[in-house]
Amino acid sequence: MALPLSYNIRNVRVRWQVTLLAISGIALVVAVFSILLSMSAGFQTALRATGRPDNALIVQRGSASELTSGIRIDDRNTILADDRIARRPDGSPMASWEWVVVMSLPKVDNGGPTNVTLRAVTPQAFEVRGGIDVVEGKKFQPGLDEVIVGRKIMGRIEGLQIGKQVKYMDKRFTVVGVFESQGGAFESEIWGDYDVMGAMFQRGAGSNSVVVRMKDASQIPALDKWIRAQPQMQLQAVAEPKYYSDQAGPLAAILKGLAAFVAFVMGVGAVFGAMNTMYAIVASRTREIGTLRALGFSRFSILSSFVMESVVLATLAGAIGLLLAMPMNGFSTGTAQTQSFSEVAFSFRLTPQILITGMVFAAAMGLLGGLLPALRAARMPITRALRDA
Amino acid sequence: MSTMVSVQEVTKVYKRGSEELKVLDSLSLDVPEGEFVALMGPSGSGKTTLLNLIAGIDQPTSGAVVVGGRNIAVLSEGELAKWRSHSVGFIFQFYNLIPVLSAVENVELPLLLTKLSKKERRERALTALKVVGLADRSSHYPRQLSGGQEQRVAIARAIVTDPQVLVADEPTGDLDAKSAEEILKLMETLNQEFKKTIVMVTHDPRAADRAHVQRHLEKGVLQLR
Repeated sequence: MALPLSYNIRNVRVRWQVTLLAISGIALVVAVFSILLSMSAGFQTALRATGRPDNALIVQRGSASELTSGIRIDDRNTILADDRIARRPDGSPMASWEWVVVMSLPKVDNGGPTNVTLRAVTPQAFEVRGGIDVVEGKKFQPGLDEVIVGRKIMGRIEGLQIGKQVKYMDKRFTVVGVFESQGGAFESEIWGDYDVMGAMFQRGAGSNSVVVRMKDASQIPALDKWIRAQPQMQLQAVAEPKYYSDQAGPLAAILKGLAAFVAFVMGVGAVFGAMNTMYAIVASRTREIGTLRALGFSRFSILSSFVMESVVLATLAGAIGLLLAMPMNGFSTGTAQTQSFSEVAFSFRLTPQILITGMVFAAAMGLLGGLLPALRAARMPITRALRDA
Repeated sequence: MSTMVSVQEVTKVYKRGSEELKVLDSLSLDVPEGEFVALMGPSGSGKTTLLNLIAGIDQPTSGAVVVGGRNIAVLSEGELAKWRSHSVGFIFQFYNLIPVLSAVENVELPLLLTKLSKKERRERALTALKVVGLADRSSHYPRQLSGGQEQRVAIARAIVTDPQVLVADEPTGDLDAKSAEEILKLMETLNQEFKKTIVMVTHDPRAADRAHVQRHLEKGVLQLR
């Protein structure tokens, strides 16, 4: 029979200071670890949630973002005639062509400038892009100097409330609405009318990109192949979600790598800390262990008693750590994206997977931290353990 | 009277690095059932080592240690642990009680290794405490007891599984004269009324006088006196 649980519980109670120290250490590590992971998860969601799988985004080959892409009107018209593109009842193609520019606006927190994407869209954009909902105010009126702003960027940039004016070049645009795009990157953008802004940009009738709705999502590679076969255009077609998640690629990878690195360094530190604590606890109980073994308790029952104590404490610490990290869930922030040089706002996401990872991480720290000193104690000759002062 | 403990040609060598230290040298000793033996001798004479071998918490380099008809020198670590749990009771110099457990819980510890129910365990532990005269202190923690009382709790723990042999390593070494006297009286009672075979290591001549037999060790060899 194993040692009674009350033995562990009372030991923890008697040695509460050192136990508290060990628990706080592990809790803090788990908190930071899960916050880093949730940041990475949130950033990936912001860009992955952008776009519909049956939309194809047409951009210039070799352009890293929509900003550096260009599509002439005759190429656009050629592509829109393609039979794979979905049509409205009136026969017009389900497509939207858009200009994208970057404007510098002051941040709310420190007033410093940051780049915000200004997107000039046709009225069809709302239908084609999908998932765009104006949640406050109204849509901009085509032909008027009006814009709508994404929900996430609104809180991060000064003067984007409804009724306020945004200045671009010499023109002032009135904010008339706030929109959401199911957490996607469009929520970090400002949208205005294609005709009004296109004239202001003086770029003619082309666009940076064209998005088309496919009759069948599986036809996107075929469309891409056909477009690439046209010698006069240097364009490509990419599934819309893939395009935006590829944009997240480098930064999300950096964030994830950073999270893993920091977690590793902190984890090693915490394991040493936990082990040190367990060593101290075990060392102070050496004579007790000798006594228990003399009375006939097996090495295994003593070992499992100590390891269990350590794992339970560490798991508890993990839960506390996750509770500490909880307030960060949903916390919105932004960062300059590496591809489009503009601000992408995103929310920290403490996913169930991250919670599980955090708990497993904590339990593993407890296991490692408890096992080695417990092994040492269980292996010591009884006669030596009994002599221990 | 049959032999309870028979130590046959036992040698114990400790290795410290390349140095070998012979603590017991071909030692033989028989303890009849119901005997109360005192092992005496100067420090380093090997008396505690001999006691540890009889108690099964150490093993000889060569020779046999037969306790209750069983040669425990050949048992594995696990078998030995099991054997200790029902065959031998320990009385230590510093009592070795678990500080976070109450008196009755300390006494109950060895019973956790038996098949007894929770209720039976508690009953037996309380009976053992009654035998040592501490029934009214059962819920006290070791830090709330005097040295003599702690040692009596330890004796209750040693007898709770009803072992045939009790081993005591300087049981009065940490006690004042009055408490030591009480402990020795209790051990006499265990020997005479409960028929326990007792092997006791001691420096204290007064303690040794209570035993039936005194054996003296010097440099790992029993002295004939």
